[in-house]
Amino acid sequence: MNFWIRISSLDRRWVYLLMALAVIIPFFVNITIPIKISPPSQNLYTFIDTLKPDSGPILISFDYDPSTQGELTPMAIAILRHAFSKNIKVITMSLYPTGIGIAENITSTVAKEFHKVEGKDYAVMPYAPGYSAVILSIGESIKNTFATDYYGNRTDTMPIFKNVKNFEQIPISISISGSSTPYAWITYGYTKYGEKIGVGTTAVSATSYYPYLRTKQVVGMLGGLKGAAEYETLVRKFYHVKGRAMATIGMNSQSMGHILMIILIILGNISYFAIRKQNKRSA
Amino acid sequence: MSTNIWIWIAALLTLAIYSFLYKDNIVYKIAEYLLVGVSIGYSISITWYNVVIAKMVVPIRDQHNYLIIIPILIGFLMFFRFSRKQSWLSKIPISFVIGWGAGVAIPLGFQTTIVEHIKNTIAIPWFGGNILLLVNALIIFVGVVATLVYFYFSVPHKGTIGKIANLGIWYIMIAFGASFGYTVMARISLFIDRAQFLLHDWLGLIH
Repeated sequence: MNFWIRISSLDRRWVYLLMALAVIIPFFVNITIPIKISPPSQNLYTFIDTLKPDSGPILISFDYDPSTQGELTPMAIAILRHAFSKNIKVITMSLYPTGIGIAENITSTVAKEFHKVEGKDYAVMPYAPGYSAVILSIGESIKNTFATDYYGNRTDTMPIFKNVKNFEQIPISISISGSSTPYAWITYGYTKYGEKIGVGTTAVSATSYYPYLRTKQVVGMLGGLKGAAEYETLVRKFYHVKGRAMATIGMNSQSMGHILMIILIILGNISYFAIRKQNKRSA
Repeated sequence: MSTNIWIWIAALLTLAIYSFLYKDNIVYKIAEYLLVGVSIGYSISITWYNVVIAKMVVPIRDQHNYLIIIPILIGFLMFFRFSRKQSWLSKIPISFVIGWGAGVAIPLGFQTTIVEHIKNTIAIPWFGGNILLLVNALIIFVGVVATLVYFYFSVPHKGTIGKIANLGIWYIMIAFGASFGYTVMARISLFIDRAQFLLHDWLGLIH
């Protein structure tokens, strides 16, 4: 009985320590847990994979800030590597003022891996306020929405925008978000202009977007680190890409963390019922 | 180990934030205030250059587009919120924002979140060889009806209605369970990111 009382009153710092060990140890142990590709990730991958270099640029919106980049940056990198491997042009932007620096940093870093030229193969847009207004404005004219790119170059002189007016020439817009901005992309991009929408979201928000997959308002979705790992796995399987597979490396730690959580939940429940039973007997 | 000063600063600040897990302390507080201050300062500077300069100053100064002075002035009326006597003036820009927002958002939002989903719930696809599709559609149909019945409080939840409402509770609990599971995954993911940063980018212990 003393054991269960100890478990129920365990200092939470022991739980933190156990979780830290569960996450850190797998980095040093060479184990590979197979990653099964889920249909939402496969659908997004397949859609981008069927595009050709002349299909028009895809648009990736980095709608997140540093607080969620642990989950979202690996998926952004994986999608960029996929697009650049296929010589598909990419336009990146952010509906968040704090996301635009992340967008520029990641886009230019991945573009260097593939020797892509800024303005010709990819473009980074500056921050524009009012996210619904921005999406609606892109639906009318992307060059009017962003007169210049992030670096101050005029968009009407950039080769990437030569035959691009609005969503009609952009085969898919992908919102990578830790908040509700994918709703805005679906509402104003898909419903208003019929733009195909892809979603990359934090695991917390993933359940909110499953209904939109069923209605086909969203082409595909990457949910949390697992979604990012699935996309990384697909890209690495079919294309020769370099660089760290951040999400895939993290999945072993993720699995160990989940096992620890399950054990703790089971122990906590047994402890609760054991103590309750003991109290009833005492009464 | 990294020789980049910014990696060191980021690593030490990460450790400062995690020190809260042991107990609240001054190092954590400094890192927390620094995070809030830097975030706000960064957002303001981005907004200043990309909105105030790019969307207000440049069009007037370089393109001589004087028409945009009108919406700029209407926007400035928002600052009358700080005046007790003239605060009514701020209602003018607010009315524009609400009017535009409601006009654009309501029909599109209704179509996106209600019409499409009702259509998809009602239209149960014939299985065409894949019986799992039919079963899946029926589970969703029953779940939507049962959950809606649970939130229908105009009749007592007794008899058949009570049983359907109870089924609705099960659906809601399963949804909460899925959300909780995903939340656990999200929180561990954030720690994995920081652990990778510390062990790979900072200390160079893992590849």
